Amino acid sequence: MDSAAADFAAVWLTLRLATVVTILLLIIGTPIAWWLARTGSALKSVVGAVVALPLVLPPTVLGFYLLIAMGPQGPVGQLTQWLGLGLLPFTFPGLVVASVFYSLPFVVQPIQNAFEAIGERPLEVAATLRAGPWDAFWSVAVPLARPGFITGAILGFAHTVGEFGIVLMIGGSIPGKTRVVSVQIYDHVEALEYAQAHWLAGGMVLFSFLVLLALYIFNQPRRKGE
Amino acid sequence: MSREIRARLRIERRDFKLEVDLTLPGRGVTGLFGHSGSGKTTCLRAIAGLERAADGYFAVGDDVWQDEARGLFVPPHQRALGMVFQEASLFPHLSVRCNMQFGEQRTPARKRHFALSEVAELLGIEHLLDRSPGQLSGGERQRVAIARALLAAPQILLLDEPLAALDLKRKLEILPYLERLHRELSLPIIYVSHSPDEVARLADHLVLLEQGQVVASGPLKQVLSRIDLPAAFADDAGVVIETRLAAQEADDLSRLEFSGGQILVTRRDEPIGTRLRCRIHARDVSLALVPQVQSSILNSVEATVVDLASADTPGHVLVSLDVAGEPLLARITRRSAERLEIRPGLALKAQIKAVALLA
Repeated sequence: MDSAAADFAAVWLTLRLATVVTILLLIIGTPIAWWLARTGSALKSVVGAVVALPLVLPPTVLGFYLLIAMGPQGPVGQLTQWLGLGLLPFTFPGLVVASVFYSLPFVVQPIQNAFEAIGERPLEVAATLRAGPWDAFWSVAVPLARPGFITGAILGFAHTVGEFGIVLMIGGSIPGKTRVVSVQIYDHVEALEYAQAHWLAGGMVLFSFLVLLALYIFNQPRRKGE
Repeated sequence: MSREIRARLRIERRDFKLEVDLTLPGRGVTGLFGHSGSGKTTCLRAIAGLERAADGYFAVGDDVWQDEARGLFVPPHQRALGMVFQEASLFPHLSVRCNMQFGEQRTPARKRHFALSEVAELLGIEHLLDRSPGQLSGGERQRVAIARALLAAPQILLLDEPLAALDLKRKLEILPYLERLHRELSLPIIYVSHSPDEVARLADHLVLLEQGQVVASGPLKQVLSRIDLPAAFADDAGVVIETRLAAQEADDLSRLEFSGGQILVTRRDEPIGTRLRCRIHARDVSLALVPQVQSSILNSVEATVVDLASADTPGHVLVSLDVAGEPLLARITRRSAERLEIRPGLALKAQIKAVALLA
């Protein structure tokens, strides 16, 4: 594989990974955010802290434990082997699982904040208008929390694109399978291929800037009457 | 259609206890009146099922929504009720029309009793249907909220201080619509308020709540004319009378007739025969043993003393009077009461200094 093709493969893989991870995060993160926003349970702080762990832990720590859990002796590894899926480390699905864990707080927290900002009242109003809890969730809570969902999705996507440590720990650097852009850049630099590294690194800077710019423009408080 | 409302609700919290046992008329407006902290909103929320009373029974006619003795609790979304909150709480992501359709779409077609256009006309919001809630004034939002509640085909309409968040101008703008609901729909309405004026204007039946307990419940006129409840209304104690505009006088006055006689007020432009509800504050009624010919007060009616009791204001007594079967309250100083030897059965003249017309 020539160098440009390898770069494209890395970009393509990265986008695929980030898309799959973002979709999974919205599916997994929404119920967690809903529960965190509305529960009075004592477990709220515990769950909240666990979700936030990836914000403070070095990716190597998370990667290390995931590697063990998904390895041949680990509980997840035993399960996947029993299911006939083989082992997850150094595969694309393995990368997906690791990324979901690592980016979870970036999706859960904005959605949770949005749900909390809605408060109890619109849901009570919906209930007095014959909407059951499931109906009220979809017809009132989700539309009102839309900015939170958009922020969460963008951050989740961008964060997955930008991760490095955990990808290296779980996925290694298998071209076309687990070698994402950040790893590709690392390999270029190791090989002193600074020109190629520049292309990808510059692309990442531009991409990240555009994402954040979009986010800030989108989240600007709207003027009254709009 | 008379469907009596039964509510027996008990809610205990650390610092608050609500215990009510009420039978309310199945039509007209019931005012649930009390000062803040009296439990009126909690009571309304328990009726809606938004709070579950540990020990409760609630039924509108034959529809039992809660009977804890049988473990029955119908969740709010399965109760045919409409509720309007203090702030309008329109869904900001939906247009006015879609807000109004929210409950309607979730009501089986055979149960719907109004069309959207009818309700929009009733509340004067036809021209707002395509706006978004952010473009409406406070009063308009509240009218949309009421319309939205009506379209969900409620058996009972619960209004939780719907005017409290509005300024006086907006209140005056919305009150006629509430009166219209009252006149044109047979739907029972429970109206929570801490404003004696609103209650006097809208209610037919009045429930007084104090610290989670029912102090009085009965027809509005009857409750307002009781002299054993001065603390509830304080300076606003007074009765409500239903009058009929009888004649227009030449000097810009209007003559109103009621069962106890007639009163003159500054000219009203309604047609002759219009029914007008008036409020006469106890503080605006003075008593005299002989007719006062040399007085600027126009309105003087023959009255008989029924009873008297201490008023909430120091040095005053409340006197309940009978004006040809119509109750009237007067608040006078204790000294005057002693000088005139006011006692039950005494016939005298009640002079009415001011009449507040409520409609």
